[in-house]
Order: sequence, then C-alpha cells, then structure tokens
Amino acid sequence: MSEKIKFTIDGKECFADKGKNIVEAAKANGIYIPTLCHLEGIEAAGSCRICNVKINGKFMTACTTEVADGIIVENNTPEIQELRKIIVETLFVSGNHYCAVCEKSGNCDLQALAYRYKMLVPRFPFEFEKKEVDAYSSKLYLDRNRCILCKRCVRSIKTKDGKSIFAIKGRGYKAMINIDYELANKMTEEEARKAMDTCPVGCIIRKEIGYITPIGQRKYDKKPIGSEIEEPVTK
Amino acid sequence: MSSQIQSIVEKYGNDATRLMDILILITKEKGCVDSNNITEIANQLNISQVDVEQTLSFYHFFSEQPRGKYTIYLNNSLVAYMMGRAEVAEAFEKATGTKFGSVSNDGLFGLYDTSCIGMNDQEPAVIINGVIFPKVTTFRVRELITAFRAGKSAQEVVNSYGGGQNQSLLIKSMVTNNLNRRGPVIFSDYKPGDSLKKMASLNSKEVIEVIKNSNLRGRGGAGFPTGIKWEFCTKSEGDEKYLLCNADEGEPGTFKDRVILTELPHLLFEGMIIAGYAIGAKEGILYLRMEYEYLKDHLEFNLDEFRKKGWLGKNVAGIEGFNYDIRIQFGAGAYICGEESALIESCEGKRGEPRNRPPFPVQVGYLDKPTVVNNVETLCSVVKILLNGAEWYNTMGTIETTGTKLLSISGDIRYPGVFEIEWGMTIREMLEMAGAINPLAVQVGGPSGRLVGENEFDRTICYEDLPTGGAMIVIGEQRNIPDVVKYFTEFFIDESCGSCVPCRYLTVILRNKLQKIIDGKGVISDIDDLVNWGKQMKIANRCGLGQTAANPILSSIENFRPEYEAIIEKGKDFGTTFNLEAAIQESCREVGRFPLA
Amino acid sequence: MAKPIVATTALASCFGCHMSLLDIDDRILELIELVDFNKSPVDDIKKFTQMCDIGIIEGGCANSENVHVLKEFRKNCKILISLGECAIMGGLPAMRNDIPVEECLAEAYLNGPSTKNSNTEKILPNDAELPCILDKVYPCHEIVKIDYFLPGCPPRADLIWNALVALVTGDEMKLPYEVIKFD
Repeated sequence: MSEKIKFTIDGKECFADKGKNIVEAAKANGIYIPTLCHLEGIEAAGSCRICNVKINGKFMTACTTEVADGIIVENNTPEIQELRKIIVETLFVSGNHYCAVCEKSGNCDLQALAYRYKMLVPRFPFEFEKKEVDAYSSKLYLDRNRCILCKRCVRSIKTKDGKSIFAIKGRGYKAMINIDYELANKMTEEEARKAMDTCPVGCIIRKEIGYITPIGQRKYDKKPIGSEIEEPVTK
Repeated sequence: MSSQIQSIVEKYGNDATRLMDILILITKEKGCVDSNNITEIANQLNISQVDVEQTLSFYHFFSEQPRGKYTIYLNNSLVAYMMGRAEVAEAFEKATGTKFGSVSNDGLFGLYDTSCIGMNDQEPAVIINGVIFPKVTTFRVRELITAFRAGKSAQEVVNSYGGGQNQSLLIKSMVTNNLNRRGPVIFSDYKPGDSLKKMASLNSKEVIEVIKNSNLRGRGGAGFPTGIKWEFCTKSEGDEKYLLCNADEGEPGTFKDRVILTELPHLLFEGMIIAGYAIGAKEGILYLRMEYEYLKDHLEFNLDEFRKKGWLGKNVAGIEGFNYDIRIQFGAGAYICGEESALIESCEGKRGEPRNRPPFPVQVGYLDKPTVVNNVETLCSVVKILLNGAEWYNTMGTIETTGTKLLSISGDIRYPGVFEIEWGMTIREMLEMAGAINPLAVQVGGPSGRLVGENEFDRTICYEDLPTGGAMIVIGEQRNIPDVVKYFTEFFIDESCGSCVPCRYLTVILRNKLQKIIDGKGVISDIDDLVNWGKQMKIANRCGLGQTAANPILSSIENFRPEYEAIIEKGKDFGTTFNLEAAIQESCREVGRFPLA
Repeated sequence: MAKPIVATTALASCFGCHMSLLDIDDRILELIELVDFNKSPVDDIKKFTQMCDIGIIEGGCANSENVHVLKEFRKNCKILISLGECAIMGGLPAMRNDIPVEECLAEAYLNGPSTKNSNTEKILPNDAELPCILDKVYPCHEIVKIDYFLPGCPPRADLIWNALVALVTGDEMKLPYEVIKFD
C-alpha cells in the first residue's frame, strides 16, 4: 500500500497517494480541476495555465505540482474562476474557432470549458489572425485555426524509436504546431486515431472519416466537462 | 549528404544537445539554415526534422531563408526611438531599397528589427554581420551602405574605436564603455589570481560560508541569496554538476555585463572558477548573448591565458583533483533565455522555454544534473568578497541588501552609462548623479520592473524597497507615457516563448487595447480593463517574463493615470475602433467605385 | 402597462437564428401575449415606427448596409441582443476574414464554379445601390454597444425563450447547461 497524504481543497479534507499531482489527487477526491494541456500518463507541461490553483496561498499549476502533506489548496474561488475564464476567452480570440463547422464540436475540451463557465461571448476582441491549414500528410490534417498549443501531441505522439512527429515552430503568438510529413505518413491508422484523440480541440483531424457521433450523443452535449469526476457513477 | 553540414555536426560530436552551436556555425557559413540543411542535420543527429525546426525557429538570429549578404539588425528598444531611431530606420530603408523584415532584391541587404542589443547608452545602434555600429545617424547610414555596395566588409568600415579594451586587437569595436562611476566592489583595483590563491586555502564549504555571510544576492534581478543557492546545489545528489554564467543580459536598458565582459573578463572567470569549486562543478559554461559575439575572441583569449596559468584545466590553481574548464555557449537572440531554466534548455540545444518548478536547477539542471546559474555581476562580486571578506562586504549597502550594484542608466540624461553604486541610493539621487533632464518617470529594472514617477523618487534602490537588476531608463517630460508603455508591451509580445496562454496572447490583447486608447478611441472602462486583465499576468504565468509582462501597464496606470484619462473619450461608455470608410476601401478599390462612399 | 416592443433583423447570416426563434413552438402564442413586434421580418415591418425596448440582431456586419442597419437598431432600441454566432463572432461568414477582399471577390464573381463560365466579361458588381463589402466580417459588438449575447449556431429555442422572458419579466435569466451551445 502506498502512503496516503492528507490535504484540503477548498476546506474539504482530501486524501491521496504520494507522488500524485494535484489534478489527479483532486480527481481521486471527486473534485474537478480543469485542464487543457494535461494528459494523464505523460509529462506535465503546465502551459495552458487553466489548472492554476492556490497552494498555501501561492498560485501554482496543479498539473505540475505534486501533492504534499497538509497543503491547503484553493480551487473554486472567484479569483481563480475569473482567471480560468480569462484563459478560455483568450484562447477563443487567439484562434479562429468556428464551432459550427468543427468536427470536434461537442467533444472539444476548450468548447466544453466555455460551456462550463457559461461563456456567452469572450470579453476580448476577435483578431481573426491568419493560420495555415496543413493537409500535406496522408492521414492527418492540421487546422491551426483551432490549435491551442497545448503540446499534448508534441509530448505524447512519437515514433517507435522515439522521434517527434509534432513540434512547435516559431515563438510567442506566432508559434504554431508543426508536423513531420515523412514520419506522419508512416503512422498506422491506430496511431493516427490516437493523435486525433490526443488533441483536446479540433486541430488534429483524421482524413476521410468524420462526424461519427451524432449531435446529442457527443461527450459534452448533456453534461459539463468535469461532471464525471464530480458525480461519479454509482453502481 | 553535404560534407559541409556533416562535418559541422560531427565537429559537435553528433550531439543533439549542441544543436545551438551547429545552427550558429551553419548560419555563419551559409547565411541561413535552409530546408535541405534541416534534413541533413536531422538525419545526422538521428532526430526528426520538426525537432531541428523547433529550435531553429525559436531564435531571432536564425533563419530558414537567406537574410542578405549584409544582415542589418537595428535595435528597436524604447531608448533607440528616443535617440532618433525612426529617421535612421527610414534612411536604411531608403539606402538599401528594402523594407524592415525583408531582403533587398539583389540579395545584398537584409533589414531586421531586433530587441535591445545592450547599447542603450549609445543609441541608435545596429549590428551588421556581427559588428556593432553605435550612435548611428542618417549620414552614417548612407556612408555604410555606400561602402557595402563597394564591397567593403562590416569590420572594414569601423571608423573609430571605443575606449579601454574595445580598442584592443581582439575586439576593435566602436562600442564605448561609458563607465561613469567605479565603485568599491566590481570596478575596484585587484590583482588577478589572488582570489584563486585564497580559494585554494579554503575548502568548498568554507567558500560557501564566506559567500553566505556576505549576504550576496543574485544580481540578475530576482535576488536569490547566492551562498544558499550554492549550498542547495552541493546538497543535491550526483557528482556531475555544472556552473552556468548568465551573460544573456536582455532586459531592455541593461548593458552592465557588456562593460564587465569587455574590461574584466578575468574577474568574471575567477568568479566562475570559485563558484565551480564551491559547488564541485565539472564544467563552467558562459552563456553569452549573440549580440555580444564581437567579444568572442577577446573572451577566448582570456580563457586561454587562464589555461596557460593553470587556472583552468587539470588541478586548477594547484588544487589536487579540481579539474574544471569553461566554455562559451552562444545564444541566438531570445530575451527569455535570461531566465535560468530557459537558459539551460537553450544550452541543451532546445527552444528557450522555461521549465516548470520544482525541480529547481540546483536539483535538476543542465543535462538533468544539479546546476547553478549565476549572473555575471554576481560572480564578479564573489571574487572581491572572497578577497576582502564577508564583513567588508556587509559594511556596504543597506541592512537587507549588502554591497554594490551596477546600474545601466540611459534615456533622457546627460551621462548615459554604467554606474557602480552602493545599494540604498534614492531614485532622486540617481537622477542627479546621471544628469537627468526634466525627468517625468524612471523605468526601474527595465520593462519587467516598475515605472515610477516623481511621487516615488525618494524610494531607495534595494531589495527591501525598489529591487532592480540595474536597468534604469529615464523618461523625460517631453515623452508620452502610453507610447512608452506600448513599446515595452510590444517587447514582451516579441520575446514571449509562447508556452503559457496568457503570456502568449493576453499580451497582444493588452497591446491592442492600449493602442485603442492611444488612438483616442478608448473609454474609461478600457483603462479598467487594462488593469483587470493585466493583473492576471502576474498570477497566471510560469516565468518571470510572463509574470511581469503587464508591469509597465499596471505601474504606469497606478502612477500616471491622468495621462491615460486625458486621451480617452469622455462621457462615453462605448468606444470603437471601427471606421466604415477604412473598412470599405479595399472592396471599393477592387470594384472601381469612386468616390468612395 | 404597455407591452414591450421588440425589433429583429438579420445581417450577414443565414436566417437560422430567426428560424430557431420560431422553434419555441406553441410558446410563440405566449410570446405574442408578452411583447409586440416592430421592425422585423416576423411581421414584415420595414421601418422603425417607434422606439423599441428590445432589438435582436442576427448576423455580423459584412457590408456597409449591415453597419447602417445595426446603427439604426442601436438608435431605436433600448436594449440590443446579439443572437447567434454570426452576430457574436462573425460566424461562418467570418471564415473569409483571413482572405483578402480581392481574392474573395474573384472567387465569387470571376473564378468560382458558378461564375467562371458565365461572367465572361469579368464584371465585379458595382452599382450605387449595392452596399460596399467590408474588409472583414465584424462582430456586432465591435461596432455598437451590445447589451446581451445569446450564442449558438443557431441558439437553442429555449435559450431565446428564457432570455426574452427574463428581459420582459425582469427575472434572472435561466441558463441550464443544455441551452448554451456554440453549434
């Protein structure tokens, strides 16, 4: 048995296994901390910043911070909610998100977070910056209008000998996701599907197959993102 | 496989962590790193092409396209503008026949903006093929371009030498030191090598003890106690440790390290040896910004001298078993690499993106080994502390901030340059010292610091009051505060690594909002938006760049709110930048509708 | 107390938001009890005949006429609502926003599949009666002040209903999870 650690989130007493990060530790206690760049099983990036919580009064990203004995975590406070809304809204205006024509609509984590936070309109002006769509590789296309630069694909999709298929190109607001055509063309169908599933938004899309799940049955049609953590299914 | 690329990659041991050096050398030899080169490098290093491209595309001085036989990088810092950059830029465009951001049709000239190159005391300054041309005028621009058209090299048109070592055969640069005030620590006289003798008489623990007792704090700006950092590193497991010296001073307005590297490289290297000894390092790396490449031969020469004297190499300074050398690692134009973990990433051949903490570099640093990163000025202070003792050092400065500080003062002052002061000087005294001309405000600590006005001129420069890495930009009363703030904000936009969402894009949103106000279309709520959105930057981002990117906006609104209120639309609750006439221009022109309705 | 007066319009859009308004089914009868309509495609009143309480805008601004109508609405309505994605963020018409107007016009009138063989004289429409195309499609709130936003493509009928009822009765608007959708 691994050692249990005691801590609190918003005053609620929680327990977790040593070595867990705070997102996972919260989840084990039925508390949802929103994430975009985080993906269980791969190294945390801490880049989307939406999992920011206050730990003993200090802002830290929950995905990059290991749970420790006696820490006091603040998660659902107005200050933190405001920050998270601002991050979601920033992502909506920094890309070009036409949900109506996006294959990931209904299954998109960014959209789902906007729903969860009841975003009716981003508070920021839309910039409509030009983003290149890249359809050169045979199995996948990249719609960079939708990319949020979470680097999930960069970190988790590799060739068998460990080479990167995806990487970031450029820096700052001009940074974009880049794909190695040669390596991408060698991906199996399964690997291509994994790449698409890894993408929290609709940037990495498999060619030839689409819109499989009807509206109404998609991941976030009925229940908010995070509700599966907050109201675990009781059998 | 081109043998040239192959041999360059081989020169660095087919080691992907030396990708920076590989790209720098190819850029030097071929002018750019094109897609064929990328493929060759990737194959030779056995990594994917996108991994080569991710590093290549991160740094300002790398390019996939040729940047002209003469690559002209004109500084675009605020002070450059204050000193007449606009007309110099125009002169460059006219003389070369091309616009900034592009190469002339004949392939001769490439014109590029670049963030502060560490010459704020001699602006406008430009780097052409690695050669620095300070104090450029429109006359000089025409003269330079004419000479280049006649086939002269950049070094051949250097027509004066700055003082001190700048005129040595190994530098031969027009850059001047402008060392306006020598203080009792960094620029006091000393005998090279004495500190190493002293070091040899102490064990590493004792060295750390001296530094701890001196209360020396990091001089880059964050102010972490140096001795404690070293001690943490010694406590980290692993016998392979590294000492990195951060000579990437990129904060607009700072140029103190330039003067140290020019005049006192031996002092710095002694400091790097002492630090290396204290933490038990295997190697020291001087991470030097590409803008200071003109100092390379000079620095290498000094390192060779050290090796000849037995101060580097095997059994350094006669200490049995202390094998230690120093190499220079160049950056390639990225402010963010001044952040210690980004600097480490860059040393490993990667994008300069700051790492998450913990673990801290002292635990997991360069090549995942325990690593100490210290500022140039910090390491120089170490030498003098070891020589003169912690007690001596504690007699200077304030209670919490001991010793001296190098200030890089520029802007609307009579005597721009480097001043070594004891901590505890007030801003008002500093302004008087440097001959400020009708100062309206001072940007303390560069853009990431704080814009202070007259109401804060009696505050003192020290960690307990106004901390700073030393960049002081004096803004005269003829300047316009929102414009100043816009320049600073644009700097942060250009230099963001792009990893954290707020730093990557909220900065752009803030700049656009600021522009709306500057254009006279703002309303009162726009000022409040700047404050409310800007506040998020401090809490949301991972590293110091992101956390401080809204500081110019926040501190200027705090101290100069009337300057903003004076230019907004009064009595309105909605302001728009939409302009119907401008919006229909393009379509009317296309369909031939005139006059434009 | 007089019934609140509602005006509606569709700018650069597909009229789907108005269709969704009709999707409130038999509640339309209740709606008629609650409000009167002024300028609107619903009753085909072309011009404002009085100051209205609520203006509902579908669609963003793609041309000069859209801008004109939007400004008219702002002048004649106490409260303006952006209804649907196009009004809120330009929507599908805004997918042209990163393409130069020149290319858009060429695709529509010169090189597009329906025009390349028929428009042999390569004419770009230019009649004084025609509105001028804007450089991009603008969300309404970037041109005039908008008071409320109801997203969706189209907005769910329940969202529209909840919003109108809340505005008319002064009660707080109900926003259950199912009603806020962007597709």
